[in-house]
Amino acid sequence: MADSGSEDIAVIGNTDLTPSESENNLKNTMVEKGTSLLKKMEISVAEAEKRTGKNAVNMQETYTVYLIEMRPVDAASEGTNPVPDSLWRRYSEFELLRNYLLVTYPFLVVPPLPEKRAEFVWHKLSADNMDPDFVERRRVGLENFLLRVASHPDLSTDKIFYSFLTEENGWKETVFETGFQAKADSRLKALNATFRVKNPDKRFAEMKHYGDELQSVISQLLRVRARAADRLYGVYKVHGNYGRVFSEWSAIEKEMGDGLQSAGHHMDAYAASVDDILEEEEHYADQMKEYLFYADALRAVCRKHELTQYELEMAAQDLTSKKQQREELATGTIRTFSLKGVTSKLFGQETPEQREAKLKMLETQIEEGEELVKERNAECEEFVKSAWVDIERFKEQKDHDLREALISYAIMQISMCKKGIQVWNNAKECFSKM
Amino acid sequence: MFTALLTFKKNVDTTLTDGSSFNASMQTSPASMINQYKFEEDADTKDIFVTVDNPESHVTAIETYITYRVMTKTTRSEFDSSEFEVRRRYQDFLWLKGRLEEAHPTLIAHPLPEKFVVKGMVERFNEDFIETRRRALHRFLNKIAEHPIFSSSEDFKIFLTAASGELTSHKKQGPGFLSRMGDTVKAVAAAVRGVRNRPQEFTEMQEYVEAFSQKISSLDKVTQRIVREQKEYLEELKECGPTYALWSQSEEELAEPLKNVAGCVDRCCKETEEQVKNLSDHLIPVLHEYVLCADTLKAVLRRRDNIQADFEAKTEALATKKADRDTMRNDLDKAEDRLEWANNALKSDWTRWQKVMRTDLRSAFVDTAERNVSYYEKCLAVWESFLHSQRTDAEGNGKVDFS
Repeated sequence: MADSGSEDIAVIGNTDLTPSESENNLKNTMVEKGTSLLKKMEISVAEAEKRTGKNAVNMQETYTVYLIEMRPVDAASEGTNPVPDSLWRRYSEFELLRNYLLVTYPFLVVPPLPEKRAEFVWHKLSADNMDPDFVERRRVGLENFLLRVASHPDLSTDKIFYSFLTEENGWKETVFETGFQAKADSRLKALNATFRVKNPDKRFAEMKHYGDELQSVISQLLRVRARAADRLYGVYKVHGNYGRVFSEWSAIEKEMGDGLQSAGHHMDAYAASVDDILEEEEHYADQMKEYLFYADALRAVCRKHELTQYELEMAAQDLTSKKQQREELATGTIRTFSLKGVTSKLFGQETPEQREAKLKMLETQIEEGEELVKERNAECEEFVKSAWVDIERFKEQKDHDLREALISYAIMQISMCKKGIQVWNNAKECFSKM
Repeated sequence: MFTALLTFKKNVDTTLTDGSSFNASMQTSPASMINQYKFEEDADTKDIFVTVDNPESHVTAIETYITYRVMTKTTRSEFDSSEFEVRRRYQDFLWLKGRLEEAHPTLIAHPLPEKFVVKGMVERFNEDFIETRRRALHRFLNKIAEHPIFSSSEDFKIFLTAASGELTSHKKQGPGFLSRMGDTVKAVAAAVRGVRNRPQEFTEMQEYVEAFSQKISSLDKVTQRIVREQKEYLEELKECGPTYALWSQSEEELAEPLKNVAGCVDRCCKETEEQVKNLSDHLIPVLHEYVLCADTLKAVLRRRDNIQADFEAKTEALATKKADRDTMRNDLDKAEDRLEWANNALKSDWTRWQKVMRTDLRSAFVDTAERNVSYYEKCLAVWESFLHSQRTDAEGNGKVDFS
């Protein structure tokens, strides 16, 4: 795995992390530093706030806005602490940015946004978008998105992205002015249509298949994990009942009372410990979710490549048929069936002038067609080249990040086991004093 | 039995006709005699060892039933030999318990496992059920053997030593159905009358038993709920490992760590399975037995009350009736003795029972805590080995800086 100058801060070896350290580790291991924008600026999504306003149909709505802060990297090391540049954005603006990037860079695996609606929830997790826990996890996800884009060699240099971070007002208009929407609409139509490519590129076909598998298996993992988390919650919480009953029982006992009472407290502690455990696990689930959505982005690239290839093939096909027509016209032989040919046979040949005119038109069309094929060919080649570079970059990033995620999962399990050992040893001591 | 006791009291005859042997040099009052039994309970003086094992099913024309092998090793002189091996069925245990309770209505006998609530013929011979019952029967006999008075019972001795035919004929010799009926009727009548002046300590005992019964039932229920929740957790967890394994098939670099994680999750599943089994096999039976104990205690207190009610009724009768005064006085004396005997027996056995309860429950909970620690330690080792493998992997490839 090539090291592109990233400074991964070690997660392994240190199993006792504070929540902020842990979050830092998450950030640093998930995102490569060292590309142009992030070398200069530190980006963060610092806060979330509720706003109310009128929406497009003039109805009152409540929504959440997120504070994006940018501060120069140097400032931190110089010891000065200038006020960061900041602006507020809501989720729909992030969506707009991403859609713009998708259309403008169809050959790149564009980083995904955190989910629009909470999925894979289990009973304690709220599916409500206004729920503070959901908002907090979304804030982290949005920050992650910005960091991913800012560390991408190509995306980080995009002007629209830069103005997203710096220009609060008028940014939307700027985006629409690029006319990307028109492209988006036509692209969308084309992508949704079914088409067949004659000579599919094997590598892309394999990638698409991989994307499908990745999406399917991560979905399954998230579902299973959520159900298991739900059950684990139940197991821990029921132990709280021990606490209550031991306490009540200790009231009627003489010698056994103290031991029971203190054991009861440990049972309460055990029951309470599951909240932190599962909160950490949500972090892990979020890391998996990011790659679930990345799988989609990967598939999108493959699909767009297919489209590009299809358009090339169409142009080539069109050119070939035009050339054939020219040949037929020139030599007078009819190779392909055409209504004009039949009618001319039936109703008499065309005049030499008419034929001349037709030939000329065909020549022009063929010229244009050859230009188009050249263009499309170049486009295709360019696409394949750029896409494949990015796919390789993505592969490395994915392998690295997911391996780190698995390691952090193991660390979480270890932490959970250590807590369990401690609680039950304490309880044992209390029980032996019964 | 009570006739024998009276003889004892009046004639300072220390040999009781039922064959139980008491130390001849003891004092004469029933109270002090009972007090003698609150003593040496340490293992050094344990002179009888009983095991229940080896369930076998027997098929006859009429029924199918299970017998258990009961093995006894003892140095006690009243036993003809030092080792015995007999086969007994549940009915025989029921009989023994009934006899012991009849002989000592206010002593606290350890409960038997419950009769099977008929769900269907097949279930009665379910392996788990038989094993659970076998363990409970084993505990029952051992508790009887450890009890200072019960273990000297002739019925107990016969239970441990007699061949099946002998046992059957001995069973038939017991107080007849009708006489038992008579006692029951008297007991019911007494119960209806109720006790007038119950001594405070027995009222306190009753209050304690009520509360204890509730608490121990709650603990039983909570533990069963934990087992249920853990089983459901296990069901979900069992799907995680295979999912990681499936994923590893699509990956190259990630295949190894994913397979590794799949293996770890599977191993944790096994440990969880074992932990669930431990709870079911060790903690739940003990809690359940003490739920039954609470019922036994309630019954003992009721019987004591009945004995007192009987005495009170007879006292009243003597005061009001004119005829048969001599017989009535005689009856009253017997009733008084009976009451004194019952109260003292209960008081001593109560202390003994509390000690035993404390020991049993303490060790059951300590045991549970130990098993939980062991469970987490095993899972910890599993995940640490994963980390270790990733560490050596990464260091070998120079991928990640661990400093």
